[in-house]
Amino acid sequence: MSDKKAKYQEVAYYPGCALEGSGSAYDTSTRALGKALGLKIKEVENWNCCGAMEVKNIDPKIQTYLSSRVMSITANKMNMDTVMVPCNGCYHNLKKAEYDLANDDKTAEVVDRLSKKAGHDTYQPGQVETIHALDWIKETIGEEGLRERVKNSLVGIKIANYYGCMYTRPRHIFPEKDAGPGSESTFKPHFMDDLLEAAGAENVEFPLKTACCGGAHTLSDCDTSTLLVTNILQAAEAAGAEVIATECPTCHSGLEMHQIRAEKTLGIKTNVKIIYFTQLLGMALGLKPKAVGLHENISDSFDFVKNKGLA
Amino acid sequence: MKSLANIGQRLNQLVAQPAQPSDAAELLALGETALEHWVRAKGKEPTSDLREGYRLLALHRQGADKDPSFNACRETCRELVYHYNLLTMEPEHPESAQRARMMPLVARHLFLFISGKLESRELGDFCCASKPLREKVDESVPAQ
Repeated sequence: MSDKKAKYQEVAYYPGCALEGSGSAYDTSTRALGKALGLKIKEVENWNCCGAMEVKNIDPKIQTYLSSRVMSITANKMNMDTVMVPCNGCYHNLKKAEYDLANDDKTAEVVDRLSKKAGHDTYQPGQVETIHALDWIKETIGEEGLRERVKNSLVGIKIANYYGCMYTRPRHIFPEKDAGPGSESTFKPHFMDDLLEAAGAENVEFPLKTACCGGAHTLSDCDTSTLLVTNILQAAEAAGAEVIATECPTCHSGLEMHQIRAEKTLGIKTNVKIIYFTQLLGMALGLKPKAVGLHENISDSFDFVKNKGLA
Repeated sequence: MKSLANIGQRLNQLVAQPAQPSDAAELLALGETALEHWVRAKGKEPTSDLREGYRLLALHRQGADKDPSFNACRETCRELVYHYNLLTMEPEHPESAQRARMMPLVARHLFLFISGKLESRELGDFCCASKPLREKVDESVPAQ
């Protein structure tokens, strides 16, 4: 068993705020998928917001502190060395906090002061490894392991894999990426493609894998978000996809909501389904659609998955 | 220089009409022009340099200077160049028709990203930031 495979069998789980709200289907499906694969997770105790976008805009160091607290609890209270994060925003922020704490003395000083004030141990860089849900499945089960476990193949389903812009950017906070064979690519990420292909899906050539979905504009400039999402949906359909597989709750809910809004405000109807990769893998392993939270999605994919033999 | 509105209209035409590999050069140029608008809006003269052989990539780099959020369109720029290469170097490839269909959508995404950023360019250091906007609002509201 490889080092990572052994290390990731049991990980701390940081769902983050979105997975308690609009991204609840991602939480449901991540937990269900892990259980079906025999992997163990322990939710980070008394976790807090990672600082997301809002806190970062007020003071980036407070965002770094908030993310560091999650890692501090993982390391110092739970005695765990790996935290798994499904949300791209949380994943990005924890990775950025790790980088900033290791490379910026001023940030480390502020975080130390705030940690002492809050009454917990200061997080020290290197105590915890932050991984994405994609890393977790890829490293522990991998393509071979998935192929062996598939009960309902995704064969005949054409998928555009959409990673969003936070999963790979900025490159310097992801030193494990672009590290040669087997590692993730920041230009053309492929972990989701690899896993879904192993489950039988046919991945289409999709050039907007890491393009901006306008998620951050949703409230301040909704029309721009609708235009960006509509272009992504149309590109996925032009690429031949029936499904867009997602791995970020912000992107996912943005795609779903603006798909509806585009039809109403622009008169542009697209039919491509929007489904989390964890939902697709879970159904491929034989889990029922409800068990992976398909009913929690805004868009309705039930008829589609039924017609594909997944329900 | 083509206006942003004209770039958008032309891209919508190119997305809607039957795709031609020969459109690749125009699409690359439209991407460059959109980037020029961004660079000028930041008060700089658009570079004529090349990066990895392409002005588009040099313009993106110039546009992202001191503005890391602009890197959210870096891969879209690279995809545009990639499609340009595929279509111009192998126009007879069996996949050319599909590649030609995708390239206008990639170019349009770059345009939408840039035009959206230009509209909200007062929004700060990150595409989701609202700091300068909030500061303006704070300035206009008397302190309690």
